[in-house]
Amino acid sequence: MSKRVQSLVVCLVASVAFATAGFTADTIKIGVAGPHSGDLASYGLPSVNAAKLVAEEINAAGGINGKMIELLIEDTVCKPEIATNTATKLVSDGAQMVLGGICSGATKAALPIYLDAGILVMSPSATNPPLTQSGDYPNFFRTIAPDDAQAQLDVDFAINNLGLSKIAVIHDKQDYGKGFAEFAKKFIEESGKAEVVLFEGITPNAIDYSAIVQKIKRSGADSVIYGGYHPEASKIVTTMKKKKVDAVFISDDGVQAQTFIDVAGDAAEGVYASGPKDTSTNPLAKKAIEQHKEKYGTGPGQFFDNAYSAMLAMTNAYAKAGSADLDALKKVLQSESVDTPVGSISFDERGDAIGVGFSVYQVKDGVFVEVE
Amino acid sequence: MISAGELKKSLVVSLWFAFLTFPIMVVRVDPVESTVLWRWHNMVYVIVGSFFLSIIFRYLLHRRDIQTSRKESGQSNPDQTLIHRWLSNTRSRTIIFVSLLAVALAFPHMPYLSSTYQVNIMTTALMYVVLGLGLNIVVGLAGLLDLGYVAFYAVGAYTYALLNYHFGLGFWVVLPIGGILAALFGIILGFPVLRLRGDYLAIVTLGFGEIIRLVLENWGDFSQGPSGISNISRPGFFGIDLTLDQAIIYIYYLMVLFVVVTIFFVNRLQDSRLGRAWIALREDEIACQAMGIDKMKTKLAAFSLGAFWAGIIGVVFAAKTTFINPASFTFLESAIILSIVVLGGMGSIIGVIFGALVLILLPEYLRALAEYRMLAFGAVLVLMMVFRPQGLIGSIRRVYTYTPTKKGTTS
Amino acid sequence: MEYFIELLLSGLTRGAIYALIALGYTMVYGIIGLINFAHGEIYMIGAFTSFIVATILSIYGFPLLAIIVLAGLAAVIWSASYGYTIEKIAYKPLRKAPRLSALISAIGMSIFLQNYVLLAQTSEFLPFPQLIPDFPFMEPIAHIVGSTDLVILVTTTIAMLILTVVIKYTKIGKAMRATSQDRTMAMLVGINVDRIISVTFIIGSSMAAIGGLLIASHIGQINFSIGFLAGIKAFTAAVLGGIGSVPGAVLGSVVLGLTESFATGYVSSDYEDVFAFSLLVLILIFKPSGLLGKVESQKV
Repeated sequence: MSKRVQSLVVCLVASVAFATAGFTADTIKIGVAGPHSGDLASYGLPSVNAAKLVAEEINAAGGINGKMIELLIEDTVCKPEIATNTATKLVSDGAQMVLGGICSGATKAALPIYLDAGILVMSPSATNPPLTQSGDYPNFFRTIAPDDAQAQLDVDFAINNLGLSKIAVIHDKQDYGKGFAEFAKKFIEESGKAEVVLFEGITPNAIDYSAIVQKIKRSGADSVIYGGYHPEASKIVTTMKKKKVDAVFISDDGVQAQTFIDVAGDAAEGVYASGPKDTSTNPLAKKAIEQHKEKYGTGPGQFFDNAYSAMLAMTNAYAKAGSADLDALKKVLQSESVDTPVGSISFDERGDAIGVGFSVYQVKDGVFVEVE
Repeated sequence: MISAGELKKSLVVSLWFAFLTFPIMVVRVDPVESTVLWRWHNMVYVIVGSFFLSIIFRYLLHRRDIQTSRKESGQSNPDQTLIHRWLSNTRSRTIIFVSLLAVALAFPHMPYLSSTYQVNIMTTALMYVVLGLGLNIVVGLAGLLDLGYVAFYAVGAYTYALLNYHFGLGFWVVLPIGGILAALFGIILGFPVLRLRGDYLAIVTLGFGEIIRLVLENWGDFSQGPSGISNISRPGFFGIDLTLDQAIIYIYYLMVLFVVVTIFFVNRLQDSRLGRAWIALREDEIACQAMGIDKMKTKLAAFSLGAFWAGIIGVVFAAKTTFINPASFTFLESAIILSIVVLGGMGSIIGVIFGALVLILLPEYLRALAEYRMLAFGAVLVLMMVFRPQGLIGSIRRVYTYTPTKKGTTS
Repeated sequence: MEYFIELLLSGLTRGAIYALIALGYTMVYGIIGLINFAHGEIYMIGAFTSFIVATILSIYGFPLLAIIVLAGLAAVIWSASYGYTIEKIAYKPLRKAPRLSALISAIGMSIFLQNYVLLAQTSEFLPFPQLIPDFPFMEPIAHIVGSTDLVILVTTTIAMLILTVVIKYTKIGKAMRATSQDRTMAMLVGINVDRIISVTFIIGSSMAAIGGLLIASHIGQINFSIGFLAGIKAFTAAVLGGIGSVPGAVLGSVVLGLTESFATGYVSSDYEDVFAFSLLVLILIFKPSGLLGKVESQKV
């Protein structure tokens, strides 16, 4: 206890000292905001690792224009009210750019505060379309495709490539999954070639999904489009296999992760999921994964590639713009493309990444393979 | 000071912890790569750490027990702390409240100490002071364990968000509507649970809280579901546009005002006929009924008045964050508010204020511990309860002491 | 009709899963009147321990039966130790304190344990090996009831029977009942109350450990956060059945599992929890101490 108190006191004194020292330290401060505790931590912590890896590499090479990167890592728990506290803390601590907002909701709550301070925010995972499309947040950029683009891709693939006609749309009731599912439903209905036979939300973290799987079976669906993350998806596909339901399973990039295959095992075979294009052959992606394995001993988690790319895009923009001025940064981001693990990307007027190619993958022999 | 026996005990404890934490702390397996990582250095930390911590823990426990036994034998009353003595005196009480208020008012303008961030989290803490005081009516005074208090908070927040979104109604118009609607929900919840006691009541309120959250999550046409409602207007200030910094400071002052008003009301309520009926209800339901108190009315009053404050703060919450979604209204939130009441000292207004400040500011200041933040928070919660089970500043029962030689005095 | 039976069976399985956790909940509640929020975390630690042991053993190529037995044993030993230690640290010093203080201490313990596992292990979801093999004789109905489901159903039934017998007929069971009825009186008649409470925590935690092993094997994955929701559901089930009663916990769990399953099957899984909690409210309105709870007469 005493040790902990001591270190706490030291930290507090140090932070007060730093706060009063103000902007004299010549570093580039990049905030990293996301859920680092609580049940969504597994989506936030990989981004922290990505930020650390990029920062270390740049600092080892002498920094940007001689300035070192300093990371300010703050927890939002994916709750709007904590996210606003985090945002004001990062602004008060002098963050110049922010990597984050993992959940769309928390990001939306925090964005006005960053916007007011003229801080660039780049999210690796907030996919809610209005974030860019509403035009309310000119300081917001993201290295992931919005829900509607992905849903369109998955629906087209299901209907045109696979020729499916009875689709059950399932989601996890969270902002990401439900947003995706609602778009998928809309696109299926608009296409006129297929029908939605079931549209339902499941309870995340529930211990058993056999009832919903029975329902899918009864609905006569030839395929399931699932909006959500991999833990629930793997439970559903395992249950489907056990219950001998052989509908095609198609999902989003919340599922397109190696963890999904590790967890679901054999049941993952044949599952389709959309995700960023050809990361496996991209040398930068390979390098990033190698770095992660070396430093943390395991493979990276969800949104690691996107976060790594966002860090590269932001630091590159800073180097070219020479300052953290929002307009200057935006100009660079929108005019120049940068090589990242998710491809060579630049950004459009609204803040969505151009060149984050999306394609559909299928699990074959325990790995996601891009479908031609 | 520390005997050999104590050291031996601590040694046993540290070995026990080494065993206990062995699988989680030392071993780490990767089933995909089929590798096992043995982190023996962690075991050394556990042994050394638990050895010293157990000495401290036992020493503090021992001290606590001495105090308790002293209290029981009537030597002195440790509950009668300095703060209580100050509070029992009208003049020093006025001085305390005035100086606290002065600090609160000056806070946003203090150089070095305050920043937008500090003001912002202080506003959050003040919101929880009001929430704590509201729940204190239900749990602390009326003794009804409510694990779904956050539902009323959600009702207030969504009332403002939806009325603002659809009809463009302003903060000040919706403020009373939010409070009243939440109070109505309090009555709706109150009716079916009148017969329930203790933990059965707790689980029903928990269920009620979850139902409200699930409806908000699933009824997309009504509440926009999990993607939430954004661009909620901040409170208006006589039609003047405020910058973000100004708005944050403005909301802070609003909250200071609300806290003062709430303290005033709750204080008056506590001493009113209704307040005394609540306390009687808490102590013994049947005896209370026998004394002619209308149980139903009293309970419903507690639920609705408690809910009213939550509704008000819900409106403030929506206005402050400008964005809400159901993720803010989980069971854990109810648990935190309940912790504020219990940790501060049930039934004690000043205790609840301190409880809210500690519990809401603590996770923010613990950010210095980075990833150990919530670990420390959990530990602090346990330790505070173990060492101050009656709360930080427990409520003092009014005792009437009759001394035959002198005039009767109250203390 | 087949659909109905499928839903019925999946509801039963779900109920049996809840029951494995609810049994420990209800025992602890019965003896010290505490809603032990950390119970879900003990279940999680049980699952993690069995995961670690099972993975190590399978790396060294042990036979499946040995893996199940040893992983189960390890889960029971460590979960019981955690239960015992938690009681000593967080609840025992609060015996004389207001009941809500112990509740907050339990919530704190739950937050602490979750983050402890998060920091010491990982935030990622980990694949849990399928420990229960697919029995050949189950093959024809495997699409309705899996082998793991069957084992869970059987284990829950056996556990309920054993616990009922232990509490009703053994010396320690009598001591438990005495302690739960009146702690002071129990002490006066020579029962070592501290020991009885410790034993209750150990038994309850062991149940959670077995639950952890079986449920994780059923789900196929674990993570530090699995305990909380499971704990809440189990607590709901225990209250529904009448908290403190062993058959009540099982009955409550089954009712809850069936409600959720039928709500999903015939209405919508969007609102499965709404149905579950509404049923809870309804039942408690008509039976204020749960389905099998004792109606206590109140005295002044």
